[in-house]
Amino acid sequence: MEALADTIIPSDPQAPGGKDAGCAVFIDRQLAGPYGRQEGLYQRPPFLSGAKNQGYQSDIGPAETYRAGLAAINSVCRERYGGRAFADLSTDERILFLKVLEAGEVKLQGVDGKSFLEQMVKDVQMGFFADPIYGGNRDMAGWKMIGYPGARYNYLDWVNRHNERFPLPPVGITGNAEWTRW
Amino acid sequence: MVKKLPRKDVVVVGFGWTGAIMANELTDEGLDVIAIERGPWRDAPTDFPPTYMQDELRYRVRHELFLRPDQLTFTFRNTMSQTALPIRSWGAFMPPNGVGGGGVHWNGEMWRFLPSDFVLKTHLTERYGESFLPSDMTIQDWGVTYDDLEPHYDRFEYLCGTSGTAGNLGGGIQEGGNPFEGPRSRPYPTPAQQQPFSHTLFGKAARELGYKPFPQPSGNLSQAYTNPLGMRLGPCTYCGFCEWFGCSNYSKASPQTTILPYLIRKSNFSLRDNSEVIRINLDRAGRHATGVTFVDSSGDEWEQPADLVILSAYALFNVQLLLHSKIGQPYDPVTNTGVVGRNYTHQTVSTVNGFFDNKKFNFNPFIGSGSIGMCIDEFNGDNFDHGPLGFVGGGYVGQVQTGARPIESTLVPPGTPRWGVDWKKAVKDNYLSTVKPGAGVHGSFYAYRDIYLDLDPTYKDRFGRPLMRITMDLKENEIKQNKFLTDKFAEIIKTMGAEKLAVQYRTGPYDITAYQTTHLNGGAVMGTDPKTSVLNRYLQSWDVPNLFVMGASAFPQNAGYNPTLTVGALAYWSAAAIRTQYLKSPGRLLDV
Amino acid sequence: MYRDHRARAFGLAIRLSATLVLDASAGSPDQQEFTVIERGRYVSILSDCGGCHTVAGGKPFAGGRPIETPFGIIVSPNITPDLETGIGAWSDKQFDDALRRGIGWTGVHLYPAMPYNAYTRMSSDDVLAIRAYVSSLEPVRQSRNPNTLPFPFNVRSLMAVWNKLYFTAGEFKADPSKSKEWNRGKFIVDGPAHCGACHTPKTILGGDQGDHYLQGANLQGWSAPDITNDPRTGLGGWTAEDVALYLKTGHNRFSAATGPMAEAVELSTSKMADADTLAIAIYLKTLPGKGSEGRAPSPIGDDMMAAGNAIYRDQCSACHGIEGKGVAYLFPSLGASAMVRSDDPTTVIRILLRGARSVSTKAEPTAPGMPSYGGQLDDHQIAAVLNYVRNSWGSASPAIEATDVTRVRSQVTSRAD
Repeated sequence: MEALADTIIPSDPQAPGGKDAGCAVFIDRQLAGPYGRQEGLYQRPPFLSGAKNQGYQSDIGPAETYRAGLAAINSVCRERYGGRAFADLSTDERILFLKVLEAGEVKLQGVDGKSFLEQMVKDVQMGFFADPIYGGNRDMAGWKMIGYPGARYNYLDWVNRHNERFPLPPVGITGNAEWTRW
Repeated sequence: MVKKLPRKDVVVVGFGWTGAIMANELTDEGLDVIAIERGPWRDAPTDFPPTYMQDELRYRVRHELFLRPDQLTFTFRNTMSQTALPIRSWGAFMPPNGVGGGGVHWNGEMWRFLPSDFVLKTHLTERYGESFLPSDMTIQDWGVTYDDLEPHYDRFEYLCGTSGTAGNLGGGIQEGGNPFEGPRSRPYPTPAQQQPFSHTLFGKAARELGYKPFPQPSGNLSQAYTNPLGMRLGPCTYCGFCEWFGCSNYSKASPQTTILPYLIRKSNFSLRDNSEVIRINLDRAGRHATGVTFVDSSGDEWEQPADLVILSAYALFNVQLLLHSKIGQPYDPVTNTGVVGRNYTHQTVSTVNGFFDNKKFNFNPFIGSGSIGMCIDEFNGDNFDHGPLGFVGGGYVGQVQTGARPIESTLVPPGTPRWGVDWKKAVKDNYLSTVKPGAGVHGSFYAYRDIYLDLDPTYKDRFGRPLMRITMDLKENEIKQNKFLTDKFAEIIKTMGAEKLAVQYRTGPYDITAYQTTHLNGGAVMGTDPKTSVLNRYLQSWDVPNLFVMGASAFPQNAGYNPTLTVGALAYWSAAAIRTQYLKSPGRLLDV
Repeated sequence: MYRDHRARAFGLAIRLSATLVLDASAGSPDQQEFTVIERGRYVSILSDCGGCHTVAGGKPFAGGRPIETPFGIIVSPNITPDLETGIGAWSDKQFDDALRRGIGWTGVHLYPAMPYNAYTRMSSDDVLAIRAYVSSLEPVRQSRNPNTLPFPFNVRSLMAVWNKLYFTAGEFKADPSKSKEWNRGKFIVDGPAHCGACHTPKTILGGDQGDHYLQGANLQGWSAPDITNDPRTGLGGWTAEDVALYLKTGHNRFSAATGPMAEAVELSTSKMADADTLAIAIYLKTLPGKGSEGRAPSPIGDDMMAAGNAIYRDQCSACHGIEGKGVAYLFPSLGASAMVRSDDPTTVIRILLRGARSVSTKAEPTAPGMPSYGGQLDDHQIAAVLNYVRNSWGSASPAIEATDVTRVRSQVTSRAD
């Protein structure tokens, strides 16, 4: 997952990639929680297939999808790249693989490759920008990168300061380094 | 074994805006009122405090404050020939749950409908002729007029402390306000909110194009306010966590900040939370409600007898409860008979995102409030000549900077890859310099013969009751209307100086997975004829006169504005009818 | 069924006037008695009898509430007129002895949790009026649980010694050199309202430290603030009208009542006549206090102030404002709050740790609440933000250490809100 996270959000000199930002940790935790189990969602049968605009119709939740999807990606990789798993591929090989997956040109065992990629992209990016308490966005790297000041609650003194960059650093729900300066 | 509780004068089903208004009005009349609410008690310091409320993942993405679909959901299909499937997780709209209802986590946009909206069928027919309307369109007049509702609009605005600039005071058009609005009896209780950079740019561009921009009327207050009940509200701090979130600092109008603490001091009011009403009970003849049956959180069933039943749940749940209680004839689109489920409507929304040069523009997009906005109303309702355009209806367009929580606000220009190096660079380059109007185009949704609600033949809820089935699609009229509005909007965003635009028209088929808005309306509409309406002009059931049904379910079709102010005004209007007419002589307020 | 509706619909106005008419006519032979009962009801409000003698959600005046004293728990007795478990069998003299002399009906000494040292300032007429009012209540049969005082405080006879040290019997004597309002205020403060029970610090034996009269005290896990006119820690920054409004509504432009004071406002001061809350205010505003103005701020490290500033900006300013001014009648002004600057920071620490709910009154129903920060901020951070708040906007207060927060945290963990 870390290799996937780093392919979806590559690291660069200004900001860490998905791996160092903790996006894989974020996804692990989300999958282990209510999201992974589809908790709270309507789960009564029958599960019929319908039009895409009628929404997701399956009792297979994200945790199971990830388990199957990640295994399937590795198994396809091993077939195509001489026994190497996704994490063992070079950066260019990883990018190419995901592009082919995105184009719907790879069949994955047990999951739809294209929609699984969409789901991973969404979740990795979510981990990059969610509050750091969830394990991703480590050191608020995602927020620092874009200039988002975080879990603040008062811009009364800034709403009228047009076209001026807001000066304060991001703050998470549990604070930031400014809160513990001694 | 159903346990029977002591009789009350009034039982209120669902405790959001309209439930709180009705409970307050009827307790003022000396009646003993109980409200029954499906969800939990909710309050700022304990449920959405500033210590952890600013959590996009928890509240926005995972829907912390909303109803869980496993508790209750709907099935959906576009057309009558399809098989409806359950909405297993929320997408296009998010039904509320809990004390305060949607009033807790709404944006706070407080629009009045146009005078012509209430007499829509008459107005359009007179101006364009009957044949101008699509043959399957089933719009109708409301049975209540703008003038009837004006004092009640005013009352709700002053309850909430609404911040805005009047555009029409007693017929006199006011500079800086909405020149198209109906006449209002007095100014807004508080001045308009301060406007961030992108809003002032929008205003400038709109004026250049010949429009008359004005600040959106807002339930996020520009300054501290004390309402007529003595409730105190604070000034909005533009935190950017409004819609989907509860307000931590008492600056967003909600039942909690405007009514509830006042109401719960009354000894003739009581509330049961975490209790879901599953049925309105009728006498043998089916002409008189005897109370309601509800299930508490332990699964125990209770009967609450009452003389008067106020149905004030979310619009769709009102319709569902009527169907489950067998009140009113269910609508049948094939024979075009029956009323319950008829004229179900939504809202036609879309947006245009503008990408600006980040060396010249920094919008600080995270500074915002749910209903702060700069809008134009030239293309709403029948404010413009539809003759050459081939559609009816319209909406307002505007820049509404509700905040820029980064999971959903890291937008990239069209053509950018969805991941990888280029995506990352585009996110970084555009976050601070993108104009991202929430629902920048907010259009009407008119009623049609085959867009309706009924009970699903297959899927059941946790009590074994059939789910309600939504049959809905976007019709050509609404798609044309949206195209027209979206193009007008895009022109303004371009005039603001955007280098690139992402224009997102609303097109069919209606997609239940993409969030649009929770403005679902109709299904238990008000009107003048019991053959085409469930309620009379006072929101009283034609069939069961001691039942009044609040909410947007009463809208015969939806106008181009956000519904809440009209929902609140209708509740006050109905309460006044109960207080001044019904209680003196209980029974039908109008002859059939 | 619908007749009910109509009756109720008309009802409120009719019922109100009917009550007055009935009471007046039924009372005509006993008009005097009615007047006495009504007076007793009011004096019992001034005296806040219901505060101690009612458990939350229980029958009024039926007792059973555990009162936390420095020496142990005292459970309030049933003072409804029930013959066996209440005070129905007491003579008027026994009632008067209990209230004004601290002698129980069996002749034993009462513990001074019963504020007879204050009630002794009342006249016998006042006390008998309370008696008449209490006797008019519905008798409730409810025995009380025994007190749980450790030795030697469980020896009632020792109270005789205590009385020698701390109890001065005697009715209030007006000071003719002062105004009528001042005298009325002093009478209420020292007599029925027994303000000193919380606001005057106690000796180790629980007697008043007379030389610190109303200068603030620590009890039941709260610090009751200084209510003298001291400009820094007391009411010096408030006008008499501000004080009166606070008592009447629980809120004023600076502050709001919470904790035990919220209860006192709800049950007692909000129900007082406007003239009486103003009289209290006029009197309190004449108390000089300890004269603590001009005290040099204790040195607080720059880092700690900077951290406090950051936390304040990020967490507190949304309600209390970046300049600490709050919103009048909604969010307390921290800059103008003597409570915030109090030498004993127990209450401010506790409010930060546990959150607080201000009182809801008829005039001010909103009852805004403050969330708990005990989970989000650690003891260092709470100390930092409090030091910032207590030493900004012109305030200067003694430094708070993280260990102070730790102490309050452990004290309040086991307490109800």
